[in-house]
This record gives sequence, C-alpha cells and structure tokens, in this order.
Amino acid sequence: MATVFIPSLMRTLSGGKDRVEIEGATVRQIVKNLDEMFPGMQDRLMENGRLKPLFSVAVDGEVSQLGALEKVQENSEVHFLNAIAGG
Amino acid sequence: MTTRQGTDSNVVLVNQEFDVVGTRPIRHDGADKVTGRARYGADYKASDLLYGKVLRSPYAHARIKSIDSSCAEALEGVRAIVTSADFPQAGSDKPNRRYQRDNVLAGDKALYVGQAVVGVAAVNDHVAEEALALINIEYEVLPPVTSAPQGMAPDAPILHDEMRTDESGEQGNDPSNVATHFQQVLGDINEGFAQADFVVEKEFDTATVHQGYIEPQNGSAFWNQDGRLHVWTSTQGAFPVRTSLSQILDLPVSRIRVTPMEIGGGFGGKIPVYLEPVAAILSKKTGRPVKMQMSRKEVFEGTGPTPGSHIKIKMGATKDGKIIAAQAHLAYEAGAFPGSPVGAGATCVFACYDVPNIVIDGYDVVVNKPKTAAYRAPGATNAAFAAETVVDILAEKVGMTPLDFRALNSAREGTRRADGTSFGVIGSTEVIDAMKSHPHYNSKLEGPNRGRGVAVGFWMNIGWRSACSISVNYDGTINLLLGSTDIGGTRASIAMQAAEVLGIPAEDVNPTVVDTDSIGYTDVTGGSRTSFATGWAAHEAAVDVRDEMIRRAARIWEIDPDDVEFNKSVFKSKADPELSMTFKDLARQMNDTGGGVVGKSTVDPKGVGVSFAGAIADVEVDPETGKVTVLRFTCIQDVGKAVHPSYVEGQMQGGSVQGIGWGLNEEYYMNPDGGMDNFTLLDYRMPTSLDLPMIDTVIVEVANPGHPYGVRGVGEVSIVSPPAAIANAIYDAMGVRMENLPMNPPAVLAALGNGSSGS
Repeated sequence: MATVFIPSLMRTLSGGKDRVEIEGATVRQIVKNLDEMFPGMQDRLMENGRLKPLFSVAVDGEVSQLGALEKVQENSEVHFLNAIAGG
Repeated sequence: MTTRQGTDSNVVLVNQEFDVVGTRPIRHDGADKVTGRARYGADYKASDLLYGKVLRSPYAHARIKSIDSSCAEALEGVRAIVTSADFPQAGSDKPNRRYQRDNVLAGDKALYVGQAVVGVAAVNDHVAEEALALINIEYEVLPPVTSAPQGMAPDAPILHDEMRTDESGEQGNDPSNVATHFQQVLGDINEGFAQADFVVEKEFDTATVHQGYIEPQNGSAFWNQDGRLHVWTSTQGAFPVRTSLSQILDLPVSRIRVTPMEIGGGFGGKIPVYLEPVAAILSKKTGRPVKMQMSRKEVFEGTGPTPGSHIKIKMGATKDGKIIAAQAHLAYEAGAFPGSPVGAGATCVFACYDVPNIVIDGYDVVVNKPKTAAYRAPGATNAAFAAETVVDILAEKVGMTPLDFRALNSAREGTRRADGTSFGVIGSTEVIDAMKSHPHYNSKLEGPNRGRGVAVGFWMNIGWRSACSISVNYDGTINLLLGSTDIGGTRASIAMQAAEVLGIPAEDVNPTVVDTDSIGYTDVTGGSRTSFATGWAAHEAAVDVRDEMIRRAARIWEIDPDDVEFNKSVFKSKADPELSMTFKDLARQMNDTGGGVVGKSTVDPKGVGVSFAGAIADVEVDPETGKVTVLRFTCIQDVGKAVHPSYVEGQMQGGSVQGIGWGLNEEYYMNPDGGMDNFTLLDYRMPTSLDLPMIDTVIVEVANPGHPYGVRGVGEVSIVSPPAAIANAIYDAMGVRMENLPMNPPAVLAALGNGSSGS
C-alpha cells in the first residue's frame, strides 16, 4: 500500500495522524480511499474531479503535472503540496 | 561516479563525456542579435496599424464610480475605447477568472497605482495619449494596504469583499486579505527546541523588487474577420499567453495564434499578460491591427514585481553544532490579487539543511500593490536572506566557522524536507566543499571595515511539458522547431542535445522558436526547466530521427534495421564492415528512400534535479555614508551537467548580480498613499558593471540521474544566496546584523547607529 502524508492543516480530519497507508493505483483512487477513511478529505483536495489549483501532488518525490491521474505504485509515497512555479 | 578536476576551476563529478554537450559553440541567434535584425515586440509592423494606450489608476485603492470617455471618443484619430465591461463576463462567478481579467482592466475597484482602467486605440501614439487625458474617471478613494503585516491586521481595509482565507482546502468565514494560509510540519518542533542548546529568533522585512528587464512589455493583436485572433508579443511562454487570452476573452484556443517575438529579458516577469487582451479587444472593435507597448513607468507600476515580505525565523542547535529545530513564519505580499510565491519560499527556506523538526507557516496576503509575478527562484531569496542570517548567528554561537556549520548540517540524499518529500542525488555538500576549498574563501581579507560572508541557497526546479520537431535537410543539417521562447541561450542548449544524439556539430542544427500553431503544447520558459525539459524533448525528437535514418540505411543495404548500428554520426552494418555511411551521406538519399525524415516528441519529464548554490562575498562598508561596496564575489553552483558552460556561467553571474542589487539597493520606494516614488531606472537603482567586481563562477557537476545528460536547471538558484551572503559580510565587517532589505546606505547607517549586535 502507498503511504499518504496528510497536510498538517488537514489532520483535524485524520485524528491527528500525519500519514496513513492506503490502497490505490492512481492519485484519484488514493483520494477516494482517503475520503472513505477520513470523510471530508476529497472535498478539501479536489474539485470537479481534479486537484484544486492550490495543490500539487508529488509521488515518490516527483511533482506530477498529471495530478489526480498520476499512477501510484505499491510502496509509493504520496504528498499533497502547495502548488508553486518558477520564473 | 569518479572525481576529477576540470580544465579550469570547475568541479566535475560526472564520469560521462559527450561530443557536443559540454562544449561552447557560438549561439545560433547571435548574428541576428548583434546586427540588430532580431525582431522584438516593438518591431512589429503592419499596414493600417493602430496604436493603443492605457489610462491607469492614480490611486492605490479606490472604487470606480463612473467612467466618461465621450470627449476622448470625439477626438479626431481615436478609433476605439475599451473598459473591463468590453471583456466577456463568462466565469465572473469564479474569483480567479475575475481577478485575471481585472488585472488587465480594472473592474469595479482599482487596487494599485498603475492598474489599467481604460484602453484607447488611435491612429498614432500621440493621439492615443491625448485621448487618455480627456477621459474622466470618478473614484471613491479608499485607504490602502501596503504591507503583509498591515494586511493581516484585524482592522485592515479589505481589498476583496468575497475573499476568505483558504487553509488547505477549507474556507474561513470572514472577509480577509489573507488568501491562503498553509503549514508544513516535520517531526516535533517543541521537542526539537527543548533539545537545543542555542536558540536564535529574528524578524526580517524585505522590500518589493522588480525584475528590471530592459525591454518593456508589449503586445500587438489582429482580430481577423474570420474570428481568429493573432497576437505578437515578447513573452516567456506563447502557450500560456494563448491560455490566458482564451480565458479572458472566452475564445477557444483553436482560434488564437500567439507568435513569440524576441525577448529583451524576462526573469519571470514576462509570463502574465497585460497589454495583449486589451490590444485584442481594441482590434476586434476596429477591425485593424493594434500595437501597444509600455513606458518604463508603466512597467514599474503596472506589471508584476516580486513580493515584499515579513519573515520570522527561529532555529535551534545543539552545542555540537547540529541544527535540531527550525520554525518559519512567511508572510508574502501577493499584490492586488492572490498568488505570491510564498509556497516556494516555504519549500526553500530550510531545504539546504537536514533538520528533523520543522514548522513552516505561509501566508499569501493581498495588498494594494501590483499583482506580483515570478522573479528568478520566486520566493526563495526572501526566505534565504532570513534563514541564512540566523544560520550564521547559530554558527557563531556554536563556535564553528560558517561553512563548517553549514557542511555539518547540509542536506544529503535521503534528507526529508519540511514538505515531506526526500532528496534524491543532490550536490549540496559538493557545493559547500567547493566553497571551502576556493581560493577566495581561503584568501586574506585585510583593511578596515571589510568583511566576508557566505550563504547557500536552494531552488527545486521544475519539469513540465515541452514539444520539439526536427526535419532533416539534404545536406545533413537539421531544422529544429521549439515551443520554448529563448530568454537565456536555450536555442543553443536545446540544439546541442539534439546534435549529441545525431553525432553532428551544434552548428548543423538550425533551431527556431515558432508560434502556437506550429508546435505541440510547450509550457513557459521558467522554473529553470527549459534546457532540462525542452532539451529532453529535443533529445527524444533526435532519437526519432536517428531510428528512421537507421531504417533508411537498412533499406539501402537490404538488411534488417536491427542489423544497423549508429555511432558518432556513422551508420554501419553490424555484419558487413564495408557497409558504412555518414549521417550526411544518408541525408542526401532521403528522397530515394522514402521522402523527408522528420522526428517529433512531446515530453512531461520526471527526474527533475534540484539545485544548490553558494555565494562568497567580500564587502567594504563606509561608516560615514553607509555605502557597501562589493569587493569580490564568487558564485558556486551545482548544475548537474553544464550543456553550454559559457551560458551556465552567464546565468550564474546574472543571478548573482540581481541578488546583489536586491540586497543592496533595489526597492519599490512607496509613498504613504501607496504609490511608487522611484519609477525610473535612475531612481530604481540596479547595479551596473561599474558598481561590481567580476563575478567569479565555479560550476559543480553532480549529474542528475533523471536526465539523459545529467542536466539540472541552472537559471534561478544563483539569485538566492547573495543578499544573505552580503548581510553576513556586513556583520563580519561592522558587527551589526541587517534585518531588512535593501541594505542601502540609510539602512546601514541606521544599523550602525543602533549598534545592534545581532545576538
């Protein structure tokens, strides 16, 4: 199962847990399963089936442009980050 | 990985040699630039051309009660006048869409001095300017917010009534100027500080700073009678311009063509659109092409600078020199609309170090200043100035040299950052080692009021999407089409990566930056991504060409393609050594073997390699005037693999100079009404070659395993550490800690007068 790191300001939904192990082959499935475990997570992270613009997702340390469509491997680390860009 | 010393002072840790990558060919666009034939935005010409001008708000915060343009419309030679009401109102229920539109032409409020309110098209510039003077706008002036702390105060004037603070996807209940608050937590911060023998806590303020590119913004547009819009503009990203135009004008991207002109500097500031949508609707109204360009004053007041910020840093270390806890409060000015680079600041603030316990709070705060734009490692320089000052103080308290302390705590492969992600192969310790062994660091610095400071900085770099296509010419040269606009020599660095695959000289590649109808989607030139990602796309397109050429050779020799090998521009039969042909020889036979050969690619690469850079600065402080003179400056940076070392050195020098200017002189000098008083390049003081010593560079090459040639981004990280290095040098010279940017003569004098010891 993938290890999903919970953003600190969402830990009120996870009972204070900073990471959980969750099944899912894509980020979308991860978020869906995360929401089943901690209701409300999906609304915080996604809108219209996509990650909210304020977030980006990193799978195994790689920030993905695919967002919710990014594949997740067994034993992957998944981080939801603040979206950033360069100049 | 083997270690060897390069031919100069550079540190080469890669063990793979290339034929083209790593050499220094003449840039492909050099002739056009030195002969003045390169076409910039202001060179756009068309028959029947109209000229556009913009009337801007004189107030930092005001409600627009009415606009009367009747006198201007009656002026002979005026062809059209537009306001925000002329934009399609689709998406008005979505704040971000409305913010984007209002930053081009103000809606019901003006939110900064210089915000565009009305656009005029006329037969020439003079008539357009005369028309602006005839437009009467009635304002209700409101109190301005000019700093992040002021904007966060409970009684602050509110810029956007509908804005609520977003905290990781949850909206607050009350109106606020804080658009976003986020937090990154690693470990247990309280436990960390409890274990610390030394704790340092300080607050810092940094001023709003502009990118200072030479060429002002411009934009020309022609909205054809067939409903297609063509825009010519100097931009860092033709495709992002197309996307922005599509959103603002509610027009499908298929009906928009953006031609990127040559660009006279961008540094992040030429990503947003300003004039282009205005020129577009003026063209739609008149049926004629419309050309617009800004004055320097308009550039300062009406385009996006990098944010001012208020930063609190608290760090703790054990007596044996280990940083055990780090906490940051980052409040960045977004400008009039949300979107400061505070997220990047948070990613970078402690990234140079392996710290087990971290808390970072970031706040994106709207204020009555121009909407901020990216500027070379946006957000990182502010954060590094604060953090690297505190690191220096901690090193002194622990009793270690600044570089030994940094080396002991340096991030390494596997170090987990505050955002939770872990580093792969990085060059942080290699950069610090190169600093420690550099002749500059080991030289004596003698004389009164002189000091030496060091600092290190981090930038994460990005990958993102790029496309390339290649067509082979009969003489064995290739045409390479790019979607990445060239702001720093990337035509050459991308062409060289294609040449490497095909075994041809870089000079045999003809790279051309093309419009949005002529290449696949390509993201912005920014984030230090272009040589990495578009270079990768060129590599892949060249592989596509190589594979087709192998099939052509196989056809001629009547053998299977798997029996053909290719090495250093020569195709050979694996079975018959007599069958051999150069790339050029085979190119001549294209027509007889199936027609033209093309290669194409589109990439969204992973494997981004992060960057670290260090600065060593020697300064002399005049205690009577407060002037700080930079005596010697060295930039040391891990670049992965330098594709074209001369251009890499140029990026390192350019970033260093901009960082020095940011540190010592540059600021938006704001008056109490929220206006900028120094909107000329005489008063907005950027350093020139007369102000600075030669910037020495050391390229460190720790190959990025995620890229075919080991490339990391190189364009940004060199700006991150200079202000902190200079601040630490001033402390070394005078014994006072600088807590605000810029460290200009009045600020230094004030610090000397206060006699702050910084501890």
